Amino acid sequence: MTAPGRTAAFFASAVAAAMLLTACSTASSEPAATETVAADEDRTLVVYSGRDEELVAPLIEQFEDASGIDVEVRYAGSTELAAQLLEEGSATPAQVFLSQDSGALGAVAAEGLLTTLPSEITSLVPSKYTSRDDSWVGLTGRARVIAYDSEKYTADQIPGDVWQLLDPAWQGKVGIVPANASFQSFITAMRVQEGEDRAREWLEGMKANGAQIFGRNGELLEAVNAGAVDVGLINHYYWARSEQDPATLRAQLKFGDPGSIGALVNVTGAGILAPAEGSSEALEFVEYLVSNEGQTYFLEETYEYPLIGDLEGPAGVPPLADLGAPDVDLSQLSSLQNTVAMITEVGLL
Amino acid sequence: MLAVVIAVIMLAPVAQLIVRALGSGGRHAAAILFRQRTLELFGNTLLLAVLVSAACLVLGVAIAVATVRVRLPFRPLWPVLACLPLAVPSFVGAFAWSSALPQLHGLGPLVIVTVLTTVPLVTVPTIGALALADHGLADVARTLGRSRSSAFFTVTLPQILPAAVTGTLLVALYTISDFGSPAILRYETLTTGVYALFSGGIDRSASAVTSLALVAFALVLVLGERRLRGDRAGADPGSVQRGQTARPLGTLSTLACGAGLGLVAALGVLAPLIAMTVRWLSSERFGSTMEDLAAATVTTLLLGAVAGTVTVVLALPIGVLAARYRSRLIALAESVSYLTHAIPGVVVALALVALSLALVPAAYQSAAALIAAYVVLCFSLAIGALRSAIARVPPRLEEVSRTLGHGPFFTWWRVTARTALPGIVAGWVLVATAVMKELPATLMLRPIGVDTLATELWSKTSIGAYGAAAPIGVLLVLVGLVPAMMLAATLYEGARR
Repeated sequence: MTAPGRTAAFFASAVAAAMLLTACSTASSEPAATETVAADEDRTLVVYSGRDEELVAPLIEQFEDASGIDVEVRYAGSTELAAQLLEEGSATPAQVFLSQDSGALGAVAAEGLLTTLPSEITSLVPSKYTSRDDSWVGLTGRARVIAYDSEKYTADQIPGDVWQLLDPAWQGKVGIVPANASFQSFITAMRVQEGEDRAREWLEGMKANGAQIFGRNGELLEAVNAGAVDVGLINHYYWARSEQDPATLRAQLKFGDPGSIGALVNVTGAGILAPAEGSSEALEFVEYLVSNEGQTYFLEETYEYPLIGDLEGPAGVPPLADLGAPDVDLSQLSSLQNTVAMITEVGLL
Repeated sequence: MLAVVIAVIMLAPVAQLIVRALGSGGRHAAAILFRQRTLELFGNTLLLAVLVSAACLVLGVAIAVATVRVRLPFRPLWPVLACLPLAVPSFVGAFAWSSALPQLHGLGPLVIVTVLTTVPLVTVPTIGALALADHGLADVARTLGRSRSSAFFTVTLPQILPAAVTGTLLVALYTISDFGSPAILRYETLTTGVYALFSGGIDRSASAVTSLALVAFALVLVLGERRLRGDRAGADPGSVQRGQTARPLGTLSTLACGAGLGLVAALGVLAPLIAMTVRWLSSERFGSTMEDLAAATVTTLLLGAVAGTVTVVLALPIGVLAARYRSRLIALAESVSYLTHAIPGVVVALALVALSLALVPAAYQSAAALIAAYVVLCFSLAIGALRSAIARVPPRLEEVSRTLGHGPFFTWWRVTARTALPGIVAGWVLVATAVMKELPATLMLRPIGVDTLATELWSKTSIGAYGAAAPIGVLLVLVGLVPAMMLAATLYEGARR
């Protein structure tokens, strides 16, 4: 095998590849047909999804089959996509923003980048779980929980109140994900419910008590499940939709005491971007998400709490009504910014 | 002129970063920069970079010497072992080790994983330098009564050190900008800090300010390397020595040598593959379809090949100039490219989002913008390899060609490029493998619907599907083996002649 021969072959294929890629990209970067409703087969939609591809791609395929609309999806973190949308402004190719968290939607809405949704859609969701100004609609709920190592503890040894985690007995044993939007929503709720000083006290107490910092919820659950860390603050569905049957996992869940901040329920949601105002495809997609099919998908495939209709909650976890979630407006951007500033000042970010 | 243009392109993300950092006022920026958290992260990063660089320098030189200068059986095998770890992205190494031994976390394991996966960045250029080193001098030293080790340290080592130090710089820059493995092994650095600030906050000036601290760090590293390398970069390339033979050792020493080389490769490549295969078996849900995997593999290979080619073509002029004429401007262009290597991919990506929307909106989210990001991120990998390869082409060869009446282009193509080909291939492979492993910029800039193996693996781990992520990790390593073997082949050719 002579190096020059191989190299030449590689160069040739690379050049071909460059041409191919350029061709593909020009084809796919054509602006989606939003102005004119063309023939049925031309209907397309561009979605930015802060929700994981593993979880929502099948749902989007279902929608494509049902509607005949061709959906292109960009997957990334919710906050990342929010930042990207702010950077893109009105030049964004996105028509719908599907977010893992209300805070990211609030950030985009605050810049005036979301349209107002029709009240037929937003009125379907209890006001506690959706935006107050109809800039986005809540889709599903996820409960804040403590995952614990069931080989070391029984459920009654795990605090139902997050304040007890500041006890020296938990020194170095608690994992948290400060960069995660759900954790931040949880701190926002704590600020709103218990006051700024108390929230700061909790964060400082966690840091002083040697809280272990993780990058993502999935990694924290994995560490608890492997016995590497004793307990971790996460959302219920990371556990409920685990790779293995969650009932058999070493990590088990403790739900917060009803009415306490530990019982918080976060929401996922969707909004239509301002440049796509009047797009029938975007509207149809959001309608599908709040339809019975869409909600059933979330219930059965991602183990989240449906927010619309009278569907039962996901298997293996307590029903939504029993959680005793506190009523907090999580969509206020100014509030989220203050939360992030506080977490940063404390030195957890 | 071209050097200036390229330097400007490379500097654009840094400029954008400064604009962003100062966007919310100098006082805010200073508050972020000098808070205790940033200093803490800076200290962590410094410690990590020093430990990894020192270990890679020593280990890399040792591996290179053992590979080239010791007569081991199965000669073609050893350069392959030296190159194999290039196929393992550091975050895949970290993922594999921590999924096998979940208790592993913190500085120690991170240093080991990073060293095991980045040491070829030192080994490869050092093998190249050793193959071309002037062994006549060492022989002279020997006849003058110097011991073998004394001759090595006083004569051979100074000849290969510039290459080893340049490789170590790449290791250090990679280490400070690496995100995946510190995140998985939970050791907080400036880069994980930038990520947390970026993904956790809408305040993008905070992550930009922290990135600038990283750039400053990189600047110190680049200047330090320049000092260390000094003027030796241009050291007499006129006397290329050929036909030098590897030294036979006793049976025991040979065994020890082979075992050592084998162990490094086994820990760096084989162990992660085994750990991931075991983990694979635990997977029950979220498995990838064959079509997804095939598409991601093809995309990964294409992006690596195209970005490698574009980068090498753009880097050639600077490599040539840097090797032949040490003007201040060229040195600047070269240094700038090192700086961008130290900026986390996500920061370059964000800067490019803003730049491409402002300058060429049509290119946004196109393959072209993604390739541009790769070029910015990996330019220094190509420059390093090209400069040292071209510096070793004796100018006398070119003069002879010119005296024979050949034009400058013909001379360059037939003499310079051909002689420096192993270095050019090495640069291409280094860029291609780095691109195939790249994650954060790919996530942000890829055209809609385009998945690479790295983004596939990332999406599995983000939902905690470690079992489903494992086969993708295995595939990512296997795909990386192709260029790694190519590199090994050119190294072997180079070391043999």
